[in-house]
Amino acid sequence: MWQRLCLCQVKGFVLAGRWQYAAPQNNTESGSKNMEVILETRDLRVEYRAQNGQGKKVAVKGLNLKVHAGEVFGFLGPNGAGKTTTMNVLLGFVHATAGDAYLFGVSVREPIARQRIGYLPELTYYYKFLTAEELLRFYARLFGIPRAEADRRIDQLLRLVELEAARKRPIKTYSKGMQQRVGLAQALINDPDLLILDEPTSGLDPLGRMKVREIIQRLKNEGKTVFFSSHELGEVETVCDRVAIINQGELKVEDRVSALVEKHQANLEQIFLSLIGYQAEVTA
Amino acid sequence: MNTVWALAGVVIKELYRRKDFYVLFVLTAVMTLLMGSITFFNDPRIASYLKDICLLLIWISALVIAITTTARQIPAERENRTIFPLLAKPVTRGQVVAGKFLGCWLASGIALGVFYLFFGVVSASREHDLAVIQYLQALWLHWVMLAIVVGLALLGSLVFAAPSSNATICFIVVLGILLLGRHLNQVALQQPEPLRTVVYSIYFLIPHLEWYDIRDLLLYDHPGLRWTDCLLATLYAGVYTAMLLLGAWLLFRRKPLHA
Ligand SMILES: Nc1ncnc2c1ncn2[C@@H]1O[C@H](COP(=O)(O)OP(=O)(O)OP(=O)(O)O)[C@@H](O)[C@H]1O
Ligand SMILES: [Mg+2]
Repeated sequence: MWQRLCLCQVKGFVLAGRWQYAAPQNNTESGSKNMEVILETRDLRVEYRAQNGQGKKVAVKGLNLKVHAGEVFGFLGPNGAGKTTTMNVLLGFVHATAGDAYLFGVSVREPIARQRIGYLPELTYYYKFLTAEELLRFYARLFGIPRAEADRRIDQLLRLVELEAARKRPIKTYSKGMQQRVGLAQALINDPDLLILDEPTSGLDPLGRMKVREIIQRLKNEGKTVFFSSHELGEVETVCDRVAIINQGELKVEDRVSALVEKHQANLEQIFLSLIGYQAEVTA
Repeated sequence: MNTVWALAGVVIKELYRRKDFYVLFVLTAVMTLLMGSITFFNDPRIASYLKDICLLLIWISALVIAITTTARQIPAERENRTIFPLLAKPVTRGQVVAGKFLGCWLASGIALGVFYLFFGVVSASREHDLAVIQYLQALWLHWVMLAIVVGLALLGSLVFAAPSSNATICFIVVLGILLLGRHLNQVALQQPEPLRTVVYSIYFLIPHLEWYDIRDLLLYDHPGLRWTDCLLATLYAGVYTAMLLLGAWLLFRRKPLHA
């Protein structure tokens, strides 16, 4: 495992070096065992043109985030807070109106670094006419994974997300939770160093949620970095090292879960509610 | 290139797993067979008339398959949101355009191959000989022409939001060129001056799809085309297709992708 962790750092270094840019390291931050910044946004601002007329909708307002190597980072906020929008910028789907974002120290405007990312979008209907196996094989090809290795990983992942029985069935016959699990499997196909998961447990039953938590925990043990959004504050509290809470596109807080709980003397849910302006009995 | 092939593979899988392709194919096959089985007119004129109708059917079916398949590719990726996991992989938008083009073109090529094979078998069994060279030339040029059509529909799918309106517009443009393209220069001559230049420029700008329609070769025992002409026609189509794909890429490159 240590070997793997070192390898991952070396890869990160090479990548940053190739692009003549290394993300500035913040050594004053406390607690993180590894200070390499894997994901960063700087004064990120995203505006959408409003559907009706000229106006614009500011979805993200000057967001500053830093996620370090080996961390599990929870990205929280109420509906419409701008979580998905931020992730869309990180993946290059939407361009920032102002500010910038970096993955592995490389600006997200560069298509490089995708090789090391696994991404699970929210609400995706995968190619309905393919089977889970074919879908994963297709994605493996995009990463240039050799056939034998791809077969091995596909078997492993389908076992992990418990879709072995359905692997030869077209995806259109899957239930919502099964689709979500296919999504999780595709996010892991390239053995990524950074996972960006948009509500990975949505649509899953309690057992499925527990499995996802286990998977995240295991990835963390392997030294991977996980950045995910969620509305399940209980599960966030158990798996995350640090969290950020945003509301209406603005960062409300970014801290270690344990530090937050200690400081506010309340659980994450109560902290969340008070930070987004809901008046509850919280001693802030 | 492996990425482009992988993308193309998905398009082809989609085509043969959808039912509409079979409907169209069975329809054409049944019509061809029906006409092939009409024996009571032993008049060669009627035979060639029937072949003409078969070829027309093949042309229409191939256009329908090429345009409808291509027109829905990128809109479907966006609607089902598969474009997100796709572009989160090390895949550039240029590769997506290229892969979709290749997939649609190969898919229409496969459909075309099936149609021509069928037509060839039926007409050979009726006439006991087949002008193989002309037949292959017609097939090749038809397929090359579909490259332009696929490129056009792909570009259209990035301009018009709804696949159905894109498909309709593509049909009108393609049919317009096929029917009127070769007459536009004569039309231009009959116009007063400002209009004449406009019509002339249109004549020089449009891809002349009608040049690829060499059905007559199969109907009236004409000699085959010179190979240099085939090559030139292929190059001409290649240039137009490349320009259309370039346009599609330029549009797609800067497009923000949100739900
Ligand atoms: N394509 C769009 N056009 C206009 N506004 C948009 C668009 N997409 C999102 N928005 C707006 O941007 C804001 C942030 O949306 P976003 O999808 O990022 O929220 P979210 O935090 O992911 O919410 P949820 O928890 O519901 O998934 C919302 O107010 C939304 O209405
Ligand atoms: Mg969201």
